[in-house]
Amino acid sequence: MAQAASRNRRLAARIGEHSTGIIASVLFAAPIVWAVLSAFKPAQEARQPPLPPWPTSGFSLENYATLNSFGDGLWVSAQNSIYVSVMTVVLSVIVSVLAGYGFSRFRFPFKDLFFILILSTIMIPFQSILTPIFLVLTKLGLHNTLTGLVGVYVTLQLPFSIFMMRNAFDAVPREIEEAARMDGASNLTMLLKVMLPLVWPGVVTIALFAFLGAWNEFLAALVLMTDQSKFTLPVMMTALQSGRFGAIDWGAVQAGVTVMMVPCLILFLALQRFYIRGLMAGAVK
Amino acid sequence: MTIITDATIAPPRLGKRAGASRRQWIGLLYVAPAVALVVVFFLIPLGMTAWMSLHNWPLMGEHSYIGLGNYVAILRDTRFWNALRFTAYYTVIVTIAIFVVAFPLALFVERPRPLTNLYRTMFFMPAVVGFASASLLWSWLLNVDSGLFSPAAYDLGLIDRKFNLLATFQPAFWSIIAMVVWKVAGFTMIILMAGLQSIPQDLQEAAVIDGAGPFARFRAITLPLMRRTLALALILSVAGSILAFDQFYIILRGGPRNQTLTAVYWIFNQSFVSFKLGYGAALSMVLLVVLVALSLVQLWLLRKPEGLD
Repeated sequence: MAQAASRNRRLAARIGEHSTGIIASVLFAAPIVWAVLSAFKPAQEARQPPLPPWPTSGFSLENYATLNSFGDGLWVSAQNSIYVSVMTVVLSVIVSVLAGYGFSRFRFPFKDLFFILILSTIMIPFQSILTPIFLVLTKLGLHNTLTGLVGVYVTLQLPFSIFMMRNAFDAVPREIEEAARMDGASNLTMLLKVMLPLVWPGVVTIALFAFLGAWNEFLAALVLMTDQSKFTLPVMMTALQSGRFGAIDWGAVQAGVTVMMVPCLILFLALQRFYIRGLMAGAVK
Repeated sequence: MTIITDATIAPPRLGKRAGASRRQWIGLLYVAPAVALVVVFFLIPLGMTAWMSLHNWPLMGEHSYIGLGNYVAILRDTRFWNALRFTAYYTVIVTIAIFVVAFPLALFVERPRPLTNLYRTMFFMPAVVGFASASLLWSWLLNVDSGLFSPAAYDLGLIDRKFNLLATFQPAFWSIIAMVVWKVAGFTMIILMAGLQSIPQDLQEAAVIDGAGPFARFRAITLPLMRRTLALALILSVAGSILAFDQFYIILRGGPRNQTLTAVYWIFNQSFVSFKLGYGAALSMVLLVVLVALSLVQLWLLRKPEGLD
Protein backbone atom coordinates (compact mmCIF):
# COMPACT_ATOMS: atom_id res chain seq x y z
CA MET A 1 0.00 0.00 0.00
CA ALA A 2 2.55 2.52 1.21
CA GLN A 3 4.90 1.48 -1.56
CA ALA A 4 2.25 2.02 -4.22
CA ALA A 5 1.39 5.41 -2.78
CA SER A 6 5.01 6.52 -2.85
CA ARG A 7 5.39 5.22 -6.40
CA ASN A 8 2.32 7.22 -7.40
CA ARG A 9 3.72 10.30 -5.75
CA ARG A 10 7.01 9.91 -7.59
CA LEU A 11 5.16 9.47 -10.85
CA ALA A 12 3.09 12.59 -10.18
CA ALA A 13 6.24 14.55 -9.37
CA ARG A 14 7.86 13.38 -12.58
CA ILE A 15 4.83 14.29 -14.66
CA GLY A 16 4.76 17.70 -12.99
CA GLU A 17 8.45 18.29 -13.72
CA HIS A 18 8.23 17.30 -17.34
CA SER A 19 5.09 19.30 -18.04
CA THR A 20 6.89 22.35 -16.58
CA GLY A 21 9.87 21.59 -18.79
CA ILE A 22 7.80 21.11 -21.91
CA ILE A 23 5.68 24.23 -21.38
CA ALA A 24 8.78 26.36 -20.73
CA SER A 25 10.52 24.86 -23.78
CA VAL A 26 7.52 25.71 -25.96
CA LEU A 27 7.49 29.29 -24.65
CA PHE A 28 11.18 29.78 -25.46
CA ALA A 29 10.98 28.17 -28.89
CA ALA A 30 7.63 29.67 -29.93
CA PRO A 31 8.73 33.09 -31.26
CA ILE A 32 11.46 31.48 -33.38
CA VAL A 33 9.18 28.76 -34.74
CA TRP A 34 6.44 31.33 -35.37
CA ALA A 35 8.69 33.49 -37.54
CA VAL A 36 10.22 30.60 -39.47
CA LEU A 37 6.82 29.07 -40.29
CA SER A 38 5.10 32.37 -41.10
CA ALA A 39 7.83 33.29 -43.56
CA PHE A 40 6.57 30.50 -45.83
CA LYS A 41 3.12 32.06 -46.24
CA PRO A 42 2.14 33.81 -49.46
CA ALA A 43 2.55 37.60 -49.17
CA GLN A 44 -1.20 38.21 -48.89
CA GLU A 45 -1.52 35.83 -45.95
CA ALA A 46 1.70 37.02 -44.25
CA ARG A 47 0.15 40.46 -43.75
CA GLN A 48 -2.59 38.95 -41.57
CA PRO A 49 -2.00 38.09 -37.90
CA PRO A 50 -0.11 34.77 -37.72
CA LEU A 51 -2.98 32.63 -36.44
CA PRO A 52 -2.21 29.81 -37.00
CA PRO A 53 1.55 30.29 -37.56
CA TRP A 54 1.80 27.81 -40.44
CA PRO A 55 0.70 28.67 -44.00
CA THR A 56 -2.96 27.80 -44.61
CA SER A 57 -3.26 28.86 -48.24
CA GLY A 58 -0.26 26.97 -49.56
CA PHE A 59 3.48 26.97 -49.09
CA SER A 60 5.30 29.83 -50.80
CA LEU A 61 8.72 31.48 -51.10
CA GLU A 62 7.18 34.77 -52.18
CA ASN A 63 8.40 36.60 -49.06
CA TYR A 64 12.01 35.72 -49.79
CA ALA A 65 11.59 36.90 -53.37
CA THR A 66 10.04 40.20 -52.20
CA LEU A 67 12.85 40.66 -49.72
CA ASN A 68 15.35 40.38 -52.53
CA SER A 69 13.65 43.25 -54.37
CA PHE A 70 14.07 45.87 -51.62
CA GLY A 71 16.97 48.28 -52.02
CA ASP A 72 20.02 46.33 -53.09
CA GLY A 73 18.31 43.11 -52.12
CA LEU A 74 18.55 40.40 -49.56
CA TRP A 75 21.29 38.58 -51.40
CA VAL A 76 23.69 41.56 -51.35
CA SER A 77 23.23 42.05 -47.61
CA ALA A 78 23.51 38.32 -46.97
CA GLN A 79 26.77 38.24 -48.94
CA ASN A 80 28.06 41.22 -46.94
CA SER A 81 27.14 39.50 -43.69
CA ILE A 82 28.77 36.24 -44.77
CA TYR A 83 31.92 38.03 -45.92
CA VAL A 84 32.23 40.06 -42.71
CA SER A 85 31.54 37.05 -40.46
CA VAL A 86 33.88 34.65 -42.27
CA MET A 87 36.69 37.21 -42.43
CA THR A 88 36.21 37.98 -38.74
CA VAL A 89 36.45 34.28 -37.93
CA VAL A 90 39.57 33.73 -40.06
CA LEU A 91 41.43 36.81 -38.90
CA SER A 92 40.55 36.56 -35.23
CA VAL A 93 41.61 32.90 -35.21
CA ILE A 94 44.95 33.69 -36.88
CA VAL A 95 45.68 36.69 -34.68
CA SER A 96 44.59 34.97 -31.46
CA VAL A 97 46.41 31.70 -32.10
CA LEU A 98 49.64 33.59 -32.80
CA ALA A 99 49.20 35.85 -29.78
CA GLY A 100 48.10 33.02 -27.50
CA TYR A 101 51.20 31.04 -28.49
CA GLY A 102 53.42 34.07 -28.01
CA PHE A 103 52.03 34.86 -24.57
CA SER A 104 52.17 31.25 -23.47
CA ARG A 105 55.63 30.22 -24.64
CA PHE A 106 57.96 33.22 -24.89
CA ARG A 107 59.54 35.79 -22.62
CA PHE A 108 59.93 39.23 -24.14
CA PRO A 109 59.89 42.87 -23.07
CA PHE A 110 56.48 44.36 -22.16
CA LYS A 111 54.84 40.92 -22.26
CA ASP A 112 52.72 41.47 -19.16
CA LEU A 113 51.90 45.03 -20.21
CA PHE A 114 50.65 43.91 -23.63
CA PHE A 115 48.61 41.08 -22.14
CA ILE A 116 46.93 43.35 -19.61
CA LEU A 117 46.36 45.98 -22.31
CA ILE A 118 44.52 43.47 -24.51
CA LEU A 119 42.42 42.06 -21.68
CA SER A 120 41.54 45.47 -20.27
CA THR A 121 39.81 46.48 -23.52
CA ILE A 122 36.90 44.39 -22.27
CA MET A 123 36.27 47.02 -19.59
CA ILE A 124 35.70 49.83 -22.07
CA PRO A 125 32.57 49.51 -24.19
CA PHE A 126 33.23 50.01 -27.91
CA GLN A 127 29.96 51.96 -28.06
CA SER A 128 31.76 54.84 -26.38
CA ILE A 129 34.60 55.03 -28.93
CA LEU A 130 32.61 54.58 -32.15
CA THR A 131 32.99 58.18 -33.35
CA PRO A 132 36.80 58.13 -33.35
CA ILE A 133 36.77 54.63 -34.88
CA PHE A 134 34.74 56.18 -37.69
CA LEU A 135 37.41 58.91 -38.10
CA VAL A 136 40.31 56.42 -37.90
CA LEU A 137 38.72 54.29 -40.62
CA THR A 138 38.32 57.40 -42.78
CA LYS A 139 42.01 58.25 -42.28
CA LEU A 140 42.99 54.70 -43.26
CA GLY A 141 40.83 54.88 -46.38
CA LEU A 142 38.64 52.13 -44.96
CA HIS A 143 35.62 54.36 -44.49
CA ASN A 144 32.43 52.57 -45.50
CA THR A 145 34.23 49.34 -46.36
CA LEU A 146 33.49 45.85 -45.10
CA THR A 147 37.21 45.41 -44.43
CA GLY A 148 37.11 48.27 -41.93
CA LEU A 149 34.15 46.66 -40.19
CA VAL A 150 36.06 43.37 -40.02
CA GLY A 151 38.97 45.16 -38.34
CA VAL A 152 36.65 46.50 -35.66
CA TYR A 153 34.97 43.12 -35.11
CA VAL A 154 38.28 41.26 -34.86
CA THR A 155 39.50 43.73 -32.23
CA LEU A 156 36.29 43.24 -30.26
CA GLN A 157 36.95 39.47 -30.17
CA LEU A 158 40.59 39.70 -29.05
CA PRO A 159 40.29 39.91 -25.25
CA PHE A 160 38.16 36.77 -25.07
CA SER A 161 39.88 34.77 -27.78
CA ILE A 162 43.47 35.58 -26.77
CA PHE A 163 42.66 34.72 -23.16
CA MET A 164 41.15 31.43 -24.37
CA MET A 165 44.12 30.57 -26.61
CA ARG A 166 46.74 31.51 -24.01
CA ASN A 167 45.10 29.12 -21.55
CA ALA A 168 44.80 26.43 -24.22
CA PHE A 169 48.54 26.64 -25.01
CA ASP A 170 49.39 26.75 -21.30
CA ALA A 171 47.64 23.41 -20.90
CA VAL A 172 49.90 21.71 -23.46
CA PRO A 173 52.87 20.00 -21.72
CA ARG A 174 56.25 21.46 -22.62
CA GLU A 175 57.75 18.01 -23.15
CA ILE A 176 55.86 17.73 -26.43
CA GLU A 177 57.63 20.80 -27.80
CA GLU A 178 61.01 19.70 -26.47
CA ALA A 179 60.64 16.45 -28.38
CA ALA A 180 59.65 18.22 -31.58
CA ARG A 181 62.50 20.68 -31.19
CA MET A 182 64.94 17.76 -30.92
CA ASP A 183 63.65 16.66 -34.30
CA GLY A 184 64.63 20.09 -35.62
CA ALA A 185 61.20 21.66 -36.05
CA SER A 186 61.19 25.46 -36.34
CA ASN A 187 58.89 27.65 -34.24
CA LEU A 188 56.24 28.08 -36.90
CA THR A 189 56.24 24.44 -38.03
CA MET A 190 55.91 23.43 -34.41
CA LEU A 191 52.96 25.74 -33.92
CA LEU A 192 51.13 24.53 -37.02
CA LYS A 193 52.03 20.83 -37.00
CA VAL A 194 52.39 19.99 -33.33
CA MET A 195 50.52 22.54 -31.27
CA LEU A 196 47.50 23.42 -33.39
CA PRO A 197 45.91 19.94 -33.28
CA LEU A 198 46.29 19.97 -29.49
CA VAL A 199 44.52 23.32 -29.02
CA TRP A 200 41.92 22.67 -31.74
CA PRO A 201 38.88 22.66 -29.36
CA GLY A 202 39.88 26.17 -28.25
CA VAL A 203 40.14 27.28 -31.89
CA VAL A 204 36.62 25.99 -32.63
CA THR A 205 35.29 27.84 -29.59
CA ILE A 206 36.80 31.20 -30.52
CA ALA A 207 35.75 30.75 -34.16
CA LEU A 208 32.16 30.13 -33.07
CA PHE A 209 32.09 33.20 -30.83
CA ALA A 210 33.69 35.33 -33.55
CA PHE A 211 31.09 34.23 -36.08
CA LEU A 212 28.11 34.87 -33.81
CA GLY A 213 29.57 38.21 -32.70
CA ALA A 214 30.13 39.48 -36.23
CA TRP A 215 26.91 38.05 -37.70
CA ASN A 216 24.72 39.61 -35.01
CA GLU A 217 26.46 42.96 -34.41
CA PHE A 218 24.24 45.94 -35.16
CA LEU A 219 25.36 49.34 -33.83
CA ALA A 220 28.86 49.48 -35.38
CA ALA A 221 27.51 48.26 -38.73
CA LEU A 222 24.73 50.85 -38.55
CA VAL A 223 27.17 53.69 -37.87
CA LEU A 224 30.09 52.67 -40.08
CA MET A 225 28.27 51.38 -43.19
CA THR A 226 26.56 54.35 -44.82
CA ASP A 227 26.15 52.97 -48.31
CA GLN A 228 23.23 50.61 -48.95
CA SER A 229 25.38 48.23 -50.97
CA LYS A 230 27.51 47.70 -47.83
CA PHE A 231 24.66 47.01 -45.40
CA THR A 232 24.86 43.81 -43.39
CA LEU A 233 21.65 41.88 -42.72
CA PRO A 234 20.70 43.53 -39.41
CA VAL A 235 21.15 47.04 -40.87
CA MET A 236 19.32 46.22 -44.09
CA MET A 237 16.43 44.55 -42.23
CA THR A 238 16.11 47.49 -39.85
CA ALA A 239 15.96 49.88 -42.78
CA LEU A 240 13.20 47.75 -44.28
CA GLN A 241 11.31 47.44 -40.99
CA SER A 242 11.47 51.21 -40.45
CA GLY A 243 9.58 51.71 -43.70
CA ARG A 244 12.53 53.17 -45.58
CA PHE A 245 11.51 51.25 -48.71
CA GLY A 246 7.80 52.16 -48.46
CA ALA A 247 5.05 50.40 -46.52
CA ILE A 248 6.37 47.77 -44.14
CA ASP A 249 6.08 44.28 -45.59
CA TRP A 250 5.85 42.02 -42.53
CA GLY A 251 6.17 38.92 -44.67
CA ALA A 252 9.57 40.16 -45.80
CA VAL A 253 10.49 40.91 -42.18
CA GLN A 254 9.66 37.31 -41.21
CA ALA A 255 11.76 35.99 -44.08
CA GLY A 256 14.68 38.28 -43.20
CA VAL A 257 14.57 37.38 -39.52
CA THR A 258 14.61 33.70 -40.49
CA VAL A 259 17.69 34.20 -42.64
CA MET A 260 19.38 36.01 -39.73
CA MET A 261 18.49 33.41 -37.08
CA VAL A 262 18.91 30.07 -38.81
CA PRO A 263 22.73 30.09 -39.27
CA CYS A 264 23.20 30.96 -35.58
CA LEU A 265 20.87 28.19 -34.46
CA ILE A 266 22.44 25.55 -36.72
CA LEU A 267 25.97 26.45 -35.61
CA PHE A 268 24.92 26.44 -31.98
CA LEU A 269 23.15 23.08 -32.19
CA ALA A 270 26.10 21.53 -34.05
CA LEU A 271 28.81 22.98 -31.81
CA GLN A 272 26.93 23.27 -28.53
CA ARG A 273 29.64 21.81 -26.32
CA PHE A 274 32.23 24.25 -27.68
CA TYR A 275 29.87 27.12 -26.99
CA ILE A 276 29.22 26.05 -23.40
CA ARG A 277 32.97 25.48 -22.92
CA GLY A 278 33.67 29.04 -24.00
CA LEU A 279 30.97 30.39 -21.76
CA MET A 280 32.40 28.49 -18.80
CA ALA A 281 35.95 29.59 -19.59
CA GLY A 282 34.72 33.17 -19.66
CA ALA A 283 32.74 32.63 -16.48
CA VAL A 284 35.50 31.16 -14.35
CA LYS A 285 38.21 33.61 -15.28
CA MET B 1 41.01 37.30 -13.47
CA THR B 2 44.26 35.46 -13.86
CA ILE B 3 46.22 38.08 -15.68
CA ILE B 4 49.51 37.31 -14.02
CA THR B 5 51.60 35.53 -16.61
CA ASP B 6 53.94 32.72 -15.77
CA ALA B 7 57.29 34.17 -16.73
CA THR B 8 58.93 32.16 -13.95
CA ILE B 9 58.31 28.76 -15.46
CA ALA B 10 60.05 29.38 -18.77
CA PRO B 11 62.41 26.59 -19.91
CA PRO B 12 65.15 26.18 -17.29
CA ARG B 13 67.97 25.85 -19.81
CA LEU B 14 67.32 29.40 -20.97
CA GLY B 15 70.42 31.52 -21.40
CA LYS B 16 72.81 28.61 -21.56
CA ARG B 17 72.74 28.72 -25.32
CA ALA B 18 73.41 31.94 -27.19
CA GLY B 19 70.34 31.61 -29.44
CA ALA B 20 67.93 30.95 -26.62
CA SER B 21 67.41 34.52 -25.50
CA ARG B 22 67.08 35.77 -29.04
CA ARG B 23 64.51 33.09 -29.65
CA GLN B 24 62.43 34.51 -26.81
CA TRP B 25 62.24 37.83 -28.64
CA ILE B 26 60.35 36.12 -31.43
CA GLY B 27 57.40 36.14 -29.02
CA LEU B 28 57.05 39.85 -29.83
CA LEU B 29 56.41 38.97 -33.46
CA TYR B 30 53.70 36.54 -32.46
CA VAL B 31 51.77 39.08 -30.40
CA ALA B 32 52.48 42.04 -32.73
CA PRO B 33 49.32 41.73 -34.92
CA ALA B 34 47.08 41.62 -31.86
CA VAL B 35 48.80 44.59 -30.27
CA ALA B 36 48.63 46.54 -33.54
CA LEU B 37 44.87 45.96 -33.82
CA VAL B 38 44.30 47.01 -30.23
CA VAL B 39 46.34 50.17 -30.76
CA VAL B 40 44.59 51.16 -34.01
CA PHE B 41 41.00 50.22 -33.14
CA PHE B 42 41.07 50.75 -29.41
CA LEU B 43 43.88 52.78 -27.90
CA ILE B 44 43.98 55.56 -30.49
CA PRO B 45 40.15 55.91 -30.59
CA LEU B 46 40.12 56.00 -26.81
CA GLY B 47 42.66 58.82 -26.74
CA MET B 48 40.78 60.61 -29.50
CA THR B 49 37.53 60.41 -27.55
CA ALA B 50 39.15 62.26 -24.67
CA TRP B 51 40.72 64.79 -27.08
CA MET B 52 37.55 65.34 -29.11
CA SER B 53 35.48 65.85 -25.98
CA LEU B 54 37.37 69.12 -25.48
CA HIS B 55 36.43 70.41 -28.93
CA ASN B 56 33.55 71.69 -30.91
CA TRP B 57 33.81 69.09 -33.67
CA PRO B 58 31.28 69.10 -36.51
CA LEU B 59 31.39 66.39 -39.18
CA MET B 60 32.36 68.89 -41.87
CA GLY B 61 34.53 71.95 -41.38
CA GLU B 62 37.08 72.97 -38.78
CA HIS B 63 36.97 71.91 -35.17
CA SER B 64 37.84 74.32 -32.40
CA TYR B 65 39.12 73.87 -28.86
CA ILE B 66 36.52 74.79 -26.25
CA GLY B 67 38.03 73.34 -23.08
CA LEU B 68 35.42 71.89 -20.78
CA GLY B 69 32.60 73.54 -22.72
CA ASN B 70 31.02 70.23 -23.73
CA TYR B 71 31.05 68.99 -20.16
CA VAL B 72 29.40 72.18 -18.93
CA ALA B 73 26.76 71.69 -21.62
CA ILE B 74 26.18 68.11 -20.40
CA LEU B 75 25.31 69.44 -16.94
CA ARG B 76 22.45 71.42 -18.51
CA ASP B 77 21.42 68.67 -20.95
CA THR B 78 18.26 67.48 -19.21
CA ARG B 79 17.49 65.07 -22.05
CA PHE B 80 20.79 63.27 -21.45
CA TRP B 81 20.07 63.00 -17.74
CA ASN B 82 16.60 61.70 -18.58
CA ALA B 83 18.20 59.12 -20.86
CA LEU B 84 20.62 58.16 -18.11
CA ARG B 85 17.80 57.89 -15.59
CA PHE B 86 15.75 55.77 -17.96
CA THR B 87 18.78 53.53 -18.60
CA ALA B 88 19.27 53.03 -14.86
CA TYR B 89 15.57 52.26 -14.40
CA TYR B 90 15.61 49.79 -17.28
CA THR B 91 18.78 48.15 -15.97
CA VAL B 92 17.31 47.56 -12.52
CA ILE B 93 13.97 46.22 -13.77
CA VAL B 94 15.37 44.00 -16.51
CA THR B 95 18.05 42.55 -14.25
CA ILE B 96 15.49 41.62 -11.60
CA ALA B 97 13.20 40.15 -14.27
CA ILE B 98 16.03 38.08 -15.79
CA PHE B 99 17.00 36.65 -12.40
CA VAL B 100 13.41 35.87 -11.43
CA VAL B 101 13.13 33.72 -14.55
CA ALA B 102 16.70 32.39 -14.81
CA PHE B 103 17.20 31.21 -11.24
CA PRO B 104 14.24 28.78 -11.19
CA LEU B 105 15.30 27.57 -14.64
CA ALA B 106 18.84 26.95 -13.35
CA LEU B 107 17.51 24.95 -10.39
CA PHE B 108 15.30 23.05 -12.81
CA VAL B 109 18.05 22.01 -15.25
CA GLU B 110 20.83 21.59 -12.70
CA ARG B 111 20.16 17.94 -11.77
CA PRO B 112 20.70 15.40 -14.51
CA ARG B 113 17.54 13.50 -15.38
CA PRO B 114 15.97 12.37 -18.65
CA LEU B 115 15.46 15.22 -21.15
CA THR B 116 17.44 17.75 -19.09
CA ASN B 117 19.86 18.32 -21.95
CA LEU B 118 16.98 18.96 -24.32
CA TYR B 119 15.44 21.48 -21.91
CA ARG B 120 18.75 23.30 -21.49
CA THR B 121 19.13 23.56 -25.25
CA MET B 122 15.59 24.82 -25.72
CA PHE B 123 15.91 27.49 -23.01
CA PHE B 124 19.26 28.58 -24.39
CA MET B 125 18.33 28.90 -28.08
CA PRO B 126 17.15 32.53 -28.02
CA ALA B 127 20.51 33.50 -26.49
CA VAL B 128 22.44 32.69 -29.69
CA VAL B 129 20.10 34.76 -31.82
CA GLY B 130 21.31 38.35 -32.14
CA PHE B 131 19.66 41.25 -30.35
CA ALA B 132 18.85 42.81 -33.71
CA SER B 133 17.17 39.64 -35.01
CA ALA B 134 15.24 39.22 -31.76
CA SER B 135 14.14 42.86 -31.88
CA LEU B 136 12.97 42.61 -35.50
CA LEU B 137 11.11 39.41 -34.68
CA TRP B 138 9.38 40.95 -31.67
CA SER B 139 8.60 44.19 -33.48
CA TRP B 140 6.46 42.01 -35.74
CA LEU B 141 4.90 40.00 -32.89
CA LEU B 142 4.09 43.27 -31.08
CA ASN B 143 2.61 44.97 -34.14
CA VAL B 144 -1.00 45.96 -33.62
CA ASP B 145 -2.39 44.79 -36.98
CA SER B 146 -0.12 42.09 -38.35
CA GLY B 147 1.44 40.86 -35.12
CA LEU B 148 0.58 38.08 -32.72
CA PHE B 149 -0.20 39.35 -29.23
CA SER B 150 -2.84 41.99 -29.84
CA PRO B 151 -4.81 40.08 -32.54
CA ALA B 152 -4.59 36.85 -30.50
CA ALA B 153 -5.95 38.58 -27.38
CA TYR B 154 -8.71 40.10 -29.54
CA ASP B 155 -9.64 36.75 -31.11
CA LEU B 156 -9.75 35.12 -27.68
CA GLY B 157 -12.13 37.84 -26.54
CA LEU B 158 -9.76 39.18 -23.90
CA ILE B 159 -9.98 42.73 -25.28
CA ASP B 160 -12.82 44.54 -27.09
CA ARG B 161 -10.68 46.16 -29.74
CA LYS B 162 -7.11 45.76 -30.86
CA PHE B 163 -4.67 47.36 -28.43
CA ASN B 164 -1.41 48.93 -29.66
CA LEU B 165 1.19 47.72 -27.18
CA LEU B 166 3.80 50.16 -28.48
CA ALA B 167 1.76 53.36 -28.32
CA THR B 168 2.15 54.23 -24.63
CA PHE B 169 5.07 53.98 -22.24
CA GLN B 170 4.05 51.25 -19.80
CA PRO B 171 2.98 48.50 -22.23
CA ALA B 172 5.86 49.37 -24.57
CA PHE B 173 8.41 49.23 -21.76
CA TRP B 174 7.14 45.90 -20.41
CA SER B 175 7.04 44.46 -23.92
CA ILE B 176 10.75 45.19 -24.23
CA ILE B 177 11.37 43.63 -20.81
CA ALA B 178 9.51 40.47 -21.91
CA MET B 179 11.54 40.29 -25.12
CA VAL B 180 14.88 40.75 -23.33
CA VAL B 181 14.01 38.17 -20.67
CA TRP B 182 13.06 35.71 -23.41
CA LYS B 183 16.37 36.34 -25.16
CA VAL B 184 18.76 36.48 -22.17
CA ALA B 185 17.29 34.19 -19.45
CA GLY B 186 18.82 31.03 -20.96
CA PHE B 187 22.27 32.60 -20.93
CA THR B 188 22.00 33.65 -17.28
CA MET B 189 20.57 30.21 -16.49
CA ILE B 190 23.71 28.46 -17.80
CA ILE B 191 26.00 30.66 -15.70
CA LEU B 192 23.91 30.11 -12.56
CA MET B 193 23.77 26.39 -13.30
CA ALA B 194 27.55 26.20 -13.40
CA GLY B 195 27.63 27.85 -9.99
CA LEU B 196 25.05 25.44 -8.58
CA GLN B 197 26.96 22.44 -9.88
CA SER B 198 30.18 23.60 -8.24
CA ILE B 199 28.60 23.24 -4.77
CA PRO B 200 29.83 19.97 -3.23
CA GLN B 201 26.99 17.46 -3.00
CA ASP B 202 28.11 16.12 0.42
CA LEU B 203 27.60 19.57 1.94
CA GLN B 204 23.92 19.44 1.01
CA GLU B 205 23.66 15.86 2.25
CA ALA B 206 25.27 16.72 5.58
CA ALA B 207 22.75 19.55 6.00
CA VAL B 208 19.88 17.17 5.28
CA ILE B 209 21.17 14.82 7.99
CA ASP B 210 21.37 17.78 10.35
CA GLY B 211 17.69 18.35 9.66
CA ALA B 212 17.90 21.52 7.54
CA GLY B 213 14.85 22.08 5.33
CA PRO B 214 15.14 23.05 1.64
CA PHE B 215 14.76 26.76 2.35
CA ALA B 216 17.35 26.75 5.14
CA ARG B 217 19.75 24.81 2.89
CA PHE B 218 19.24 27.30 0.09
CA ARG B 219 19.99 30.24 2.38
CA ALA B 220 22.87 28.74 4.36
CA ILE B 221 24.66 26.77 1.64
CA THR B 222 23.54 27.56 -1.89
CA LEU B 223 23.50 31.36 -1.74
CA PRO B 224 26.82 31.94 0.10
CA LEU B 225 28.70 29.42 -2.05
CA MET B 226 27.33 31.01 -5.21
CA ARG B 227 28.50 34.50 -4.36
CA ARG B 228 31.00 34.76 -7.23
CA THR B 229 28.63 33.20 -9.74
CA LEU B 230 25.79 35.48 -8.72
CA ALA B 231 28.10 38.47 -8.92
CA LEU B 232 29.22 37.47 -12.41
CA ALA B 233 25.67 36.95 -13.69
CA LEU B 234 24.64 40.22 -12.10
CA ILE B 235 27.51 42.15 -13.65
CA LEU B 236 26.99 40.71 -17.13
CA SER B 237 23.34 41.67 -16.94
CA VAL B 238 24.00 45.17 -15.59
CA ALA B 239 26.81 45.98 -18.03
CA GLY B 240 24.77 44.67 -20.96
CA SER B 241 21.70 46.63 -19.97
CA ILE B 242 23.52 49.92 -19.45
CA LEU B 243 24.70 49.67 -23.05
CA ALA B 244 21.25 48.72 -24.39
CA PHE B 245 20.54 50.12 -27.82
CA ASP B 246 19.33 47.61 -30.45
CA GLN B 247 15.94 46.78 -28.95
CA PHE B 248 14.99 50.41 -28.21
CA TYR B 249 16.15 51.60 -31.63
CA ILE B 250 14.54 48.78 -33.63
CA ILE B 251 11.28 48.22 -31.77
CA LEU B 252 10.49 51.68 -30.36
CA ARG B 253 12.78 54.22 -32.13
CA GLY B 254 13.16 55.72 -28.68
CA GLY B 255 9.43 56.36 -28.48
CA PRO B 256 6.71 56.74 -27.44
CA ARG B 257 7.47 60.47 -27.12
CA ASN B 258 11.25 59.89 -26.70
CA GLN B 259 10.60 58.24 -23.34
CA THR B 260 12.75 55.19 -24.06
CA LEU B 261 15.96 56.86 -25.23
CA THR B 262 18.86 55.07 -23.53
CA ALA B 263 22.30 56.57 -22.86
CA VAL B 264 23.91 54.89 -25.89
CA TYR B 265 20.91 55.90 -28.02
CA TRP B 266 21.33 59.55 -26.98
CA ILE B 267 25.06 59.45 -27.76
CA PHE B 268 24.24 57.87 -31.13
CA ASN B 269 21.73 60.64 -31.86
CA GLN B 270 24.12 63.44 -30.91
CA SER B 271 27.07 61.95 -32.81
CA PHE B 272 25.53 60.43 -35.91
CA VAL B 273 22.20 62.18 -36.38
CA SER B 274 23.06 65.72 -35.22
CA PHE B 275 26.78 65.20 -36.06
CA LYS B 276 27.96 66.96 -32.90
CA LEU B 277 31.00 64.69 -32.68
CA GLY B 278 32.76 66.60 -29.89
CA TYR B 279 29.68 66.68 -27.74
CA GLY B 280 29.06 62.98 -28.42
CA ALA B 281 32.63 62.26 -27.33
CA ALA B 282 32.08 64.12 -24.04
CA LEU B 283 28.89 62.12 -23.43
CA SER B 284 30.87 58.96 -24.21
CA MET B 285 33.46 59.92 -21.61
CA VAL B 286 30.71 60.16 -18.99
CA LEU B 287 29.37 56.73 -19.95
CA LEU B 288 32.91 55.35 -19.98
CA VAL B 289 33.60 56.52 -16.44
CA VAL B 290 30.38 54.87 -15.27
CA LEU B 291 31.37 51.58 -16.87
CA VAL B 292 34.97 51.58 -15.68
CA ALA B 293 33.71 52.24 -12.15
CA LEU B 294 31.40 49.29 -12.62
CA SER B 295 34.32 47.12 -13.78
CA LEU B 296 36.21 47.98 -10.61
CA VAL B 297 33.22 46.97 -8.50
CA GLN B 298 33.17 43.79 -10.57
CA LEU B 299 36.79 42.93 -9.78
CA TRP B 300 36.02 43.45 -6.10
CA LEU B 301 32.87 41.31 -6.17
CA LEU B 302 34.64 38.55 -8.08
CA ARG B 303 37.64 38.45 -5.75
CA LYS B 304 38.60 34.96 -4.64
CA PRO B 305 37.17 33.93 -1.26
CA GLU B 306 39.60 34.86 1.50
CA GLY B 307 42.19 32.26 2.40
CA LEU B 308 41.72 30.55 -0.96
CA ASP B 309 43.78 31.44 -3.94
